[in-house]
Amino acid sequence: MKHYEVEILDAKTREKLCFLDKVEPHATIAEIKNLFTKTHPQWYPARQSLRLDPKGKSLKDEDVLQKLPVGTTATLYFRDLGAQISWVTVFLTEYAGPLFIYLLFYFRVPFIYGRKYDFTSSRHTVVHLACICHSFHYIKRLLETLFVHRFSHGTMPLRNIFKNCTYYWGFAAWMAYYINHPLYTPPTYGAQQVKLALAIFVICQLGNFSIHMALRDLRPAGSKTRKIPYPTKNPFTWLFLLVSCPNYTYEVGSWIGFAIMTQCLPVALFSLVGFTQMTIWAKGKHRSYLKEFRDYPPLRMPIIPFLL
Amino acid sequence: MGRLTEAAAAGSGSRAAGWAGSPPTLLPLSPTSPRCAATMASSDEDGTNGGASEAGEDREAPGERRRLGVLATAWLTFYDIAMTAGWLVLAIAMVRFYMEKGTHRGLYKSIQKTLKFFQTFALLEIVHCLIGIVPTSVIVTGVQVSSRIFMVWLITHSIKPIQNEESVVLFLVAWTVTEITRYSFYTFSLLDHLPYFIKWASPTMPECCYRRYNFFIILYPVGVAGELLTIYAALPHVKKTGMFSIRLPNKYNVSFDYYYFLLITMASYIPLFPQLYFHMLRQRRKVLHGEVIVEKDD
Repeated sequence: MKHYEVEILDAKTREKLCFLDKVEPHATIAEIKNLFTKTHPQWYPARQSLRLDPKGKSLKDEDVLQKLPVGTTATLYFRDLGAQISWVTVFLTEYAGPLFIYLLFYFRVPFIYGRKYDFTSSRHTVVHLACICHSFHYIKRLLETLFVHRFSHGTMPLRNIFKNCTYYWGFAAWMAYYINHPLYTPPTYGAQQVKLALAIFVICQLGNFSIHMALRDLRPAGSKTRKIPYPTKNPFTWLFLLVSCPNYTYEVGSWIGFAIMTQCLPVALFSLVGFTQMTIWAKGKHRSYLKEFRDYPPLRMPIIPFLL
Repeated sequence: MGRLTEAAAAGSGSRAAGWAGSPPTLLPLSPTSPRCAATMASSDEDGTNGGASEAGEDREAPGERRRLGVLATAWLTFYDIAMTAGWLVLAIAMVRFYMEKGTHRGLYKSIQKTLKFFQTFALLEIVHCLIGIVPTSVIVTGVQVSSRIFMVWLITHSIKPIQNEESVVLFLVAWTVTEITRYSFYTFSLLDHLPYFIKWASPTMPECCYRRYNFFIILYPVGVAGELLTIYAALPHVKKTGMFSIRLPNKYNVSFDYYYFLLITMASYIPLFPQLYFHMLRQRRKVLHGEVIVEKDD
């Protein structure tokens, strides 16, 4: 069997970093990454980006050496992706924060509001309801991270955890401060408004969860396959007929419901920022679907039926 | 605030404006100074996502018309000439006032209409980016223009007691010099004329770069100092009047304290200014001394 030789060069400086001889032709990029780590232990596989061209796209872990357009001496270019952290870790941290922080404000822990309010309780029902909804939302996210989601990438750059946590924790604190404030003003249209908002919130939470389950079922455990999602028997998934990323649609809906329920401007702003980000993601996802699948349903929009 | 741009200014091949509080624009000079242009093209952005694309987009030397239609070119030329003229008028008015009155007291009042007009007019630059006739990131330009609008309308216009502070003159001078340089340069680039005044001032391109880069070293901190001192002077008045603030309780369950907002704004200069300033110094070393400095990849 003919063995390959693999030399790994730095993509920026073209410096020769590593030379591997006697590499099996059916070796995968993942195996090559492991070999590379042996000579450069500070670059663990997750932070390696190997590519055929210094400016080209990263090769996938599953790619097989002999299937690549290389001769028996393959030249791969290496780029350091920086310190990596697992998606699961990031998600758990960024969601546990708001859950905990909101409760600090709800229980009016000392040093937030005036001393005479320490550990007091709001007299408005909607404030208690809001706490339940907010907490439920983040508990749901934590459980989904642990038991539902199937991630296509194992890791992301380390700096993302600081960025993401600042966003989630910051907004959670900002919202919670006003909702649980002793001078909080309940919604203008009273119980009617709260009931309507609660209905929107619950429906959208159920919808969001249904979509997450449907997406999970699309992909067998441990695989990284991608398929077009379709509506199932669950009515909440019928939104797939109109939208590529109904999970984002439902998420925006949940926050709009929460904003109406609390009639709190910071919540509305958080919804708006989240909507903007999710729209960007949805458009990206929609574009990849279109690129990957010739027969992608033409009626679907990225995030808002018929509109966006 | 608007400092952000210096990085862009240094890096951009074209219109990533050298807004900032003070520094003159560090633009590559004429299309015939490829060295300046090339080295500047690698500036990194402050942290906006437009960073990578920004450096990439602005790689062409100014004066390359890319695919600008006749209408766009004509409009931009008009715009640049108008802005050059406006800031020149402002500069002259300031000089004349000082020569006649011998004091800076009342100077702001005498030039405020012109300042407000031309600085506000610069909002159009965001539109230029949006419609693509200027290859700069919308976010970068947006932040730059916003910081100027903030200073003019939310500080000096709204807080009358600080209008006679010396610090106001400080940043006005820095802005004026910056803008005249920037817009006149754009004008010449668009008209495809060699910038004679630049050549006259310094016979070789590298010398031009040299003067530019040294010029900014002083003007940049001067402008930032002017802005910071002005905001600082305004603080007592803001606290006393509670202006621009919303208090609880209210229907939308939100509050805003302009005083603390200003404090945070001032604090934000601390991380931003050194980053940009040292970035500019690095660019300077690169251009003047040909040092290759490997920028950290984002």
